[in-house]
Amino acid sequence: MKEELIISGRENFLIDPYIHIWEWQIPVYLFIGGLAAGLIFFSSLYFIQGKEEKMPFIVKIIPTLVPLLLVFGLFALFLDLKHKLYFWQLYTTIKLESPMSWGAWTLMIVTPLSIVWSLSYLKEIFEHWQKNYPLLYKLTSWIEKLILRLGIFRSIIKLGIKQRKPIAWIMLVMSVILGIYTGILLSAFNARPLWNTSILGPLFLVSGFSTAAATILLFTKDKSEQKLFSKIDLLLIAIEIFLIIHLFMGFLASTTVQIEAAQLFLGGPFTVSFWVFVVFIGLIIPAILEVLELKGFHIPVAIPAILILIGGLILRFIIVEAGQITRYLY
Amino acid sequence: MRYAMAIDTKKCVGCSDCVVACQTENNVPIGYCRDWVVEVVDGTYPQLEIEIRSERCNHCDNSPCVRCCPTGASHYSDGGIVLVTEHKCIGCAACIQSCPYDARFSHPDGYVDKCTFCNHRIQKGEQPACVEVCPTKCMYFGDLEDPNSDVSVILKKRKYKVLAPEAGTKPHIYFLI
Repeated sequence: MKEELIISGRENFLIDPYIHIWEWQIPVYLFIGGLAAGLIFFSSLYFIQGKEEKMPFIVKIIPTLVPLLLVFGLFALFLDLKHKLYFWQLYTTIKLESPMSWGAWTLMIVTPLSIVWSLSYLKEIFEHWQKNYPLLYKLTSWIEKLILRLGIFRSIIKLGIKQRKPIAWIMLVMSVILGIYTGILLSAFNARPLWNTSILGPLFLVSGFSTAAATILLFTKDKSEQKLFSKIDLLLIAIEIFLIIHLFMGFLASTTVQIEAAQLFLGGPFTVSFWVFVVFIGLIIPAILEVLELKGFHIPVAIPAILILIGGLILRFIIVEAGQITRYLY
Repeated sequence: MRYAMAIDTKKCVGCSDCVVACQTENNVPIGYCRDWVVEVVDGTYPQLEIEIRSERCNHCDNSPCVRCCPTGASHYSDGGIVLVTEHKCIGCAACIQSCPYDARFSHPDGYVDKCTFCNHRIQKGEQPACVEVCPTKCMYFGDLEDPNSDVSVILKKRKYKVLAPEAGTKPHIYFLI
């Protein structure tokens, strides 16, 4: 029997007995980043395909959520920093080998662009609210008037309307980078065997897009959009399940530390939370419900949508938490 | 110039003097440490084998912490020493997650802290505090590129290993076995 012990009593805060320096902020941000990336992807994709008038909700209305989500996500990231007043150091260099640097700069481009995008549809957004959410409109109609009164916003809106096509193309590319980065951020750490797999990038990208499709399902009133996104979501769920199986196949065929990492989910402490909450409740049940709905059964679309969102959030919490436990030594 | 350290696991008795010397020399906040002692016990009584290692940052050639740092706060200094510039560090903990040796921690003031090979001492031609105080003289420090340095001489004479070589970091703390 081999036993390794630190006998000098190392008790570094947030490091020992195992690392837990990333708490709720990082998984919440990874969830929000993936969700926002998906919303941006769908809206710019359908805009580029010329479906602006056919799918107005997806192209014009739902992207309003993106700036709100991203600002909240950025705030969560800021809360995570331990040396907060120096956060601006992120924007003094570009470090190509550092995923964190990529993420910071991607957000720096995506966030303002998403604001410009939503501003350019300001009129349509408030018309939509007036029609569907009269109370919300009553409470917020002054915002529209205020924005339109300020000259700087008027010129941004004018620019946004004129340059929608290039903006849509940039957002399409950036959304994929943003979505895949939420996984690469973790997979770049080879010291944490659970994270150190290239599947994590595509897995988080697909999962993020799936949560975005679920959000669209949750809010859209248009039956044809509902049908289309149920189908898209089903496809994304299928890819996600395939990637999860692939993830564990890869681990089990890899080195000792990665086999041990997989064991956390195959009999270890994360088995129930992962397979029951993420895979079963977060993927399989919503997939079954969506299939039934497409077959004509009356199922409130909110149920599968909310399950997918919860599953996506739990997936990120579990991966961040479990990854910090996995290590090379001791 | 390439600084490295060799630690004789056959001579180390695990007294933790190196840990205390480091905490004193570097004003390490109470409750934290930049170096630590690991005891490995192998076998069952009476067939027992023991190995004691004084561990710290490995000042790797291929440091994942330097690669992952988004601001360049973690960097290579003269002689391959890996250092953190406090006023550039944002405390994002990417380097902490990237270190297979878990050698870094978040200083109560916010920035990330770790072993510096006592850079301030070696610049004056002195040995790192841990090496200086070791009562069994089981630690050797010096320039790997100088064939006559303590560390080069001992590494030529003895068999050694490094920790987690499979992590690909090319560490520079050698354990004599």
